[in-house]
Amino acid sequence: MKLLTHNVLSSKCLKGVSVGYPLRLNATDIKVVDVDYNSEFVQRMIPKINYSALYDAAQSIGHHNGLPDTVAEDYEHNEEFLKAVHHVLLEVDIVSGDLECPESGRKFPITRGIPNMLVNENEVNEINDSNGY
Amino acid sequence: MGEELLETPDLSHLNVSDYEKVYEPREDTFLLLDALEKDLNVIRSLQPRLCLEVGSGSGVVSTAVARALGSSCFMMATDLNPFACRFTRETAQANKTHVSCVQMDLDSMIRMDTIIDLLLFNPPYVVTSSEELNQPDEDGSYLHLAWAGGLKGREVTDRLLEHVGKLLAPRSLFYLVVIKENDPEDILKNLSSQGFQGKTIASRKVRNEHLSVIRFCRGL
Repeated sequence: MKLLTHNVLSSKCLKGVSVGYPLRLNATDIKVVDVDYNSEFVQRMIPKINYSALYDAAQSIGHHNGLPDTVAEDYEHNEEFLKAVHHVLLEVDIVSGDLECPESGRKFPITRGIPNMLVNENEVNEINDSNGY
Repeated sequence: MGEELLETPDLSHLNVSDYEKVYEPREDTFLLLDALEKDLNVIRSLQPRLCLEVGSGSGVVSTAVARALGSSCFMMATDLNPFACRFTRETAQANKTHVSCVQMDLDSMIRMDTIIDLLLFNPPYVVTSSEELNQPDEDGSYLHLAWAGGLKGREVTDRLLEHVGKLLAPRSLFYLVVIKENDPEDILKNLSSQGFQGKTIASRKVRNEHLSVIRFCRGL
């Protein structure tokens, strides 16, 4: 699981959970892989990601080297910053561990890189009003 | 430069026994792939960054799109079937791309923050009883959940449609596979209230199924 994926996951649909974000990350096996760097992609992704959640997740697994704790000013032209974000978003791969709901403590195991976030019907809000339009 | 192609991924790493665990690509899958290929210029012009396929099965669709868009986009996929998640990941790998898979019901664990630019959904659309959605197959598996859609074949699709406006970005595209019994006109009406314009971009009659692919867009 990439940290970019972690950045878009939330346990808000669980019963009694109001925010459910960001999920705590516990990694027992981390692989660092090479992914082609696309500067434009990273630039355009930054407004979509929750940067502090990304930073905290990277720090919690000891992979925040080179990543500032806030978005760099003028980041579109800051290659060093963009490359650091690229690395953390796409190259740090969590092979096993778990994700944990920050409110309920419900754990979601990550096995062979795939988080299992399937929950029982009785664990989610009955009328799925957290997701409802 | 001719028309751009959406190459059909190589699935030779999957065998007959694997298709006892996940939905094998069929006419509906190929209609969606054909529709996405015809629409590739529309998709590219959106410049999607975050893409999501809900219910990715073998992973053939998300892999095809991930390959076509390359490093300009990040492809995610969900499926409630753990084998589907595994095979989706393997299909992407076998075709030298990456699809990030998370096992979940629909998009239930995705942050509802209008962040998805491109959404793909080939839902379980077959008309069945509601009960069928809650019972395992005779062999104890849940493979029928890949196709059983409950009343009007809409029960699963509707659970996604009701909040899709919160999932998708202000400028976004959404491709949905339907059959006639799903009442596509009603779906178009429902989504237009969430700001999406819908258009049928491909149709095919296969045996007794009138299949269509609807493209929804907003902000384009």
